[in-house]
Amino acid sequence: MSQDLIRHVEQKYLKSDPPQFEIGDTVEVHTRIVEGNKERVQVFIGTVIARSGGGTREMFTVRRIVQGEGVERKFPLHSPNVLKVVVRRHGKVRRAKLYYLRDRVGKATRLKERFKRKKEKVQVAGEEELNNTNNTQTQEPATAGAE
Amino acid sequence: MIIGILGRKVGMTQIYQEDGTAVPVTVIEAGPCHVLQIRTKERDGYEAIQLGFLDKPRRLATRAERGHVAKKMESKRAKRRQALGIPIPPKAGCEPKRFIREFRGSVEGHEVGQEIRVDIFKDVPAVDVIGITKGRGFAGVMKRHGFAGQRASHGVKKVHRHMGGTGCSAFPSRVIKGKRMPGHYGNQRCTIRNLKVVGIDTEKNLLLVKGAVPGPKGGFLMIRKTNKVG
Repeated sequence: MSQDLIRHVEQKYLKSDPPQFEIGDTVEVHTRIVEGNKERVQVFIGTVIARSGGGTREMFTVRRIVQGEGVERKFPLHSPNVLKVVVRRHGKVRRAKLYYLRDRVGKATRLKERFKRKKEKVQVAGEEELNNTNNTQTQEPATAGAE
Repeated sequence: MIIGILGRKVGMTQIYQEDGTAVPVTVIEAGPCHVLQIRTKERDGYEAIQLGFLDKPRRLATRAERGHVAKKMESKRAKRRQALGIPIPPKAGCEPKRFIREFRGSVEGHEVGQEIRVDIFKDVPAVDVIGITKGRGFAGVMKRHGFAGQRASHGVKKVHRHMGGTGCSAFPSRVIKGKRMPGHYGNQRCTIRNLKVVGIDTEKNLLLVKGAVPGPKGGFLMIRKTNKVG
């Protein structure tokens, strides 16, 4: 019963259409960043390796390699600062948490990407154009975010 | 007018503000409460209202508890008092209550049987929450007082979580009173003051305050407008 009440409270703060993606997907996460009174959008691109929590506390972890160094960022799924999550490519994975990627470098992670590419061809044809449009839009902030 | 209510801890969660900051909140099921009794200066020597929260099944309530709220209850004493012409004190006329506490303050504007709902906190910026902390039993100094314990190696044997010395030597040849030592920890009344009110749900009788409150989920709480100044 108490859980129901908490769910009731959270209801108001959940996104009506939370971003759709799966574990193993390569995604662009668009976050709003406020610096002083200026606002800009930062984009973080990487692989979703985990989802955790529920309700308003749901988070997802995105991992990428920056200059040979693994970088992971954890985003709150329902935060108003997470503007959108664009799926670039689906990954073929067999588990919910891809922590094993942390132990892999270079080739090993690339191997995984090849799996994804294979899957993408088979599964999502309609997704292709959606991705293309998104890519052109976000080209600029993507570089900004990488700095 | 006293701004206070009884409630029950539901649990914690987080909500987002418009600027994206997440606020940790405790959800409290607050009220509805009934005023069971009013303490007056003349009769009791102090002023307070007695509130009751959550119904208790009549079969579980003692006769005294039932008589405390029942408008009319037959008893030899009542008959005797009636014969003497002593007026019956006002009764709330509600079900017996599970959790009964008093709030002190000016009782003006309150009457027995009045229902108090969470909307009394509508214009209240901050509240104090009083509850019973989780009991931890007989706890050591590390848990109870946050002592650092002792080293893991370098000759420390079997005393890794013990306290160190307890004080001085030949003078004064005793341990100073109040030295923090192992002992019972938790399960005591605790007041958390000045918790911000984040939201109110009058429909479901919910009060959202920023931060944690004492006790387990389902623990009973007293909530009042904060007495902290400034």
